[in-house]
Amino acid sequence: MKELLLGNEAVARGLYEAGVRVVSSYPGTPSTEITEAAANYDEIYCEWAPNEKVAAEVAAGASFGGARSFCAMKHVGLNVAADPLFTMSYIGVNGGMVLAVADDPGMHSSQNEQDSRNYAIAAKLPMLEPADSAECCAFTKLAYEVSEQFDTPVMLRLSTRISHSRSIVELAERTELPLKPYEKNPAKNVMLPVFATKKHVLVEERTLALAQWAETSGINRIEDNGSEIGVIAAGSVYQYAKEALGDTVSYLKLGMVNPLPEGLVKKFAGLVKKVYVIEELDDVIETFCRKLGVPVVGKEVFPRCGEFSQSVIRKCMLGVEPEIMQVEQPIPMRPPVMCCGCPHRGVFYVLKKLKVYVSGDIGCYTLGASAPLSAMDTSICMGASVSALHGYNKAVGREAEKKSVAVIGDSTFIHSGVTSLIDIAYNQSNSVVIILDNSITGMTGHQQNPTTGYTIKGDPTAAVNLEALCRSVGIPNVRVCDPYNLKEMEQAVREELASEGASVIISRRPCALLKYVKHKPPLRVETEKCIGCKSCLGIGCPAISMRQGKAVIDYTQCVGCGVCEGLCPKKAITAQEAAE
Amino acid sequence: MSSVKSVLIVGVGGQGTLLASRLLGSAMMDLGYDVKVSEVHGMSQRGGSVETYVRYGDKVYSPVIEHGEADIVLAFEQLEAARFLPYLKKGGTVVVNTQQIDPMPVVTGSAAYPQGLLESIRNQGASLVALDALALAEQAGSSKAVNVVLIGAMARCLGTEQEIWLKTIEKTVPPKFVEMNKKAFVLGYEAEA
Repeated sequence: MKELLLGNEAVARGLYEAGVRVVSSYPGTPSTEITEAAANYDEIYCEWAPNEKVAAEVAAGASFGGARSFCAMKHVGLNVAADPLFTMSYIGVNGGMVLAVADDPGMHSSQNEQDSRNYAIAAKLPMLEPADSAECCAFTKLAYEVSEQFDTPVMLRLSTRISHSRSIVELAERTELPLKPYEKNPAKNVMLPVFATKKHVLVEERTLALAQWAETSGINRIEDNGSEIGVIAAGSVYQYAKEALGDTVSYLKLGMVNPLPEGLVKKFAGLVKKVYVIEELDDVIETFCRKLGVPVVGKEVFPRCGEFSQSVIRKCMLGVEPEIMQVEQPIPMRPPVMCCGCPHRGVFYVLKKLKVYVSGDIGCYTLGASAPLSAMDTSICMGASVSALHGYNKAVGREAEKKSVAVIGDSTFIHSGVTSLIDIAYNQSNSVVIILDNSITGMTGHQQNPTTGYTIKGDPTAAVNLEALCRSVGIPNVRVCDPYNLKEMEQAVREELASEGASVIISRRPCALLKYVKHKPPLRVETEKCIGCKSCLGIGCPAISMRQGKAVIDYTQCVGCGVCEGLCPKKAITAQEAAE
Repeated sequence: MSSVKSVLIVGVGGQGTLLASRLLGSAMMDLGYDVKVSEVHGMSQRGGSVETYVRYGDKVYSPVIEHGEADIVLAFEQLEAARFLPYLKKGGTVVVNTQQIDPMPVVTGSAAYPQGLLESIRNQGASLVALDALALAEQAGSSKAVNVVLIGAMARCLGTEQEIWLKTIEKTVPPKFVEMNKKAFVLGYEAEA
């Protein structure tokens, strides 16, 4: 049977067909749907872990136990999971273990553009890179064979265009595998220096064996079109090259990007007069070729930044740019905004009003940095808001503590904010941390997390009590606030900034897009009362705009949250029912 | 490669562009074509400008559509039609919902919503199919069916029969919404441009 699957869904299908038993991941665009799709197969145990390090360790444990195991993450999640990964490379596997990492060239939904191939090199792990959904499924299955044959975790590298593109996949049956027996073997599984020293030698030997496999397994292939020009490419870039250049060039299509096949590269270079290496982000393949003494054209013509496409290749290789149609009017940007009824909006409105320094974090609420709220000063990575606020306050001093806050979502707080909060309590800054608890992992599209009380399958489970957690790590002032109530929120922030001792304010209100959230009827502006002062525009609600000098609320978008109501000096914003 | 058709679907996050691309992709796979659909998830969904690519033909390599490559630009909103006009091929068609949704810079007053966009698009030489999809959706029974109305208009531009689409709708839409969505589709398909 054929299906039109996302690359991510095809990886999940590969997991199913390969007989995988345990999957643990933390959501992150563009990797999230792998684990969501895997959770639809009853044969696979699936979970959301609190973060990527935990997920990778769960997969490692399942491999010790003899099961084929898996974890998925976005590129920056791999930074979090790197610790177990580097040592699992020495240990190897019992049941096959695969880690998928989805890069985001072009940063569609990420804070940096790091190239995960560097991790495969650094951790000395084999890395496969599929070029469409069919390969996503096939390479996932192949990765388990490589993992068990060479006693190594295997990395599967995806990118936004592979993860989030649909193409046709031929489905197969699942191969059910028995658990491999567990045998106690400290020399293999306990990385004391005395054992690790010996394992490192084996890892280097393994890399040589994998490089040999890369030559002969067929995962890397030459398409000889009799051309004088040759192109070396992998993943989505191979597709862009085929689109731009067709059969006018020959190809070395790489399915395995670490280790690279020395013999095939030399053979390919011998077939053509000029070799182009086309790769997004870093010059990994190019550097390899140069080390071999194979002259190639690479980053001197292709960019190091951003996502590639067929037109990037046409422009860089052929100097061709298309003629385009364009309207003469200037087109205003349409940046993403907080949704109508978003509970974060009220918090950022208050923070802007109070003119405080806002140490930000990763999630929907990073949009609080955009106009008109413009209420975020810094944002680094998951969990950094809390620790960076502490550092800021230690550097700037006691007065800063009265004018600064951190904002962090519920899921992000559990991911890596908890240890940072412990730092605040332990090393005593009077910092104010606001946990934006919208009862879901929002940005990645509504995943359950340890605070929500539900598992990935929707089954009820234990829920972290945020208030109790914060108190137990030594935070003296903990309070809960409703972000729809601007007055209450402002008072809470003012009081906690002024108070002695560290504070946590939990801003609690479920995401307005959650299905169980009941919306109130839309609000309307009584036009005769509106004086066009634009006070209501200050909250940046996409449902409110100005028409002929008066504010208008789009009834198809408004969810009746009422945050704008209190801002109108003329009480012109009212509920539909009351006005009728 | 000339046998590959490229449809660029653009709109504002939350308008339902993903459903449109999935329906188109699945209908074309059922007709026996090779298909690639490229979607945008994550940050871009939050009320921002969104784009989805659908390409089908004998053999499709790239999942993305670049400047000057789209046979059809299906725009769920006027400003987005204008923004993505450079993606249209010479001789291509823009199918546009005449609805206007102010982006945040317009709401905050730092930019104005441009006037006369449809005329400008026509002046550039593009074929234009403009319809008030919101009004037609409401006529069908729900303002949420804007996307299905537009799929109807696109289906006619692609020269496809109504039947395969109505079947796809039956397969993909929850039973209680099937009739409403079919009505929305037909209204879009038969809309006067």
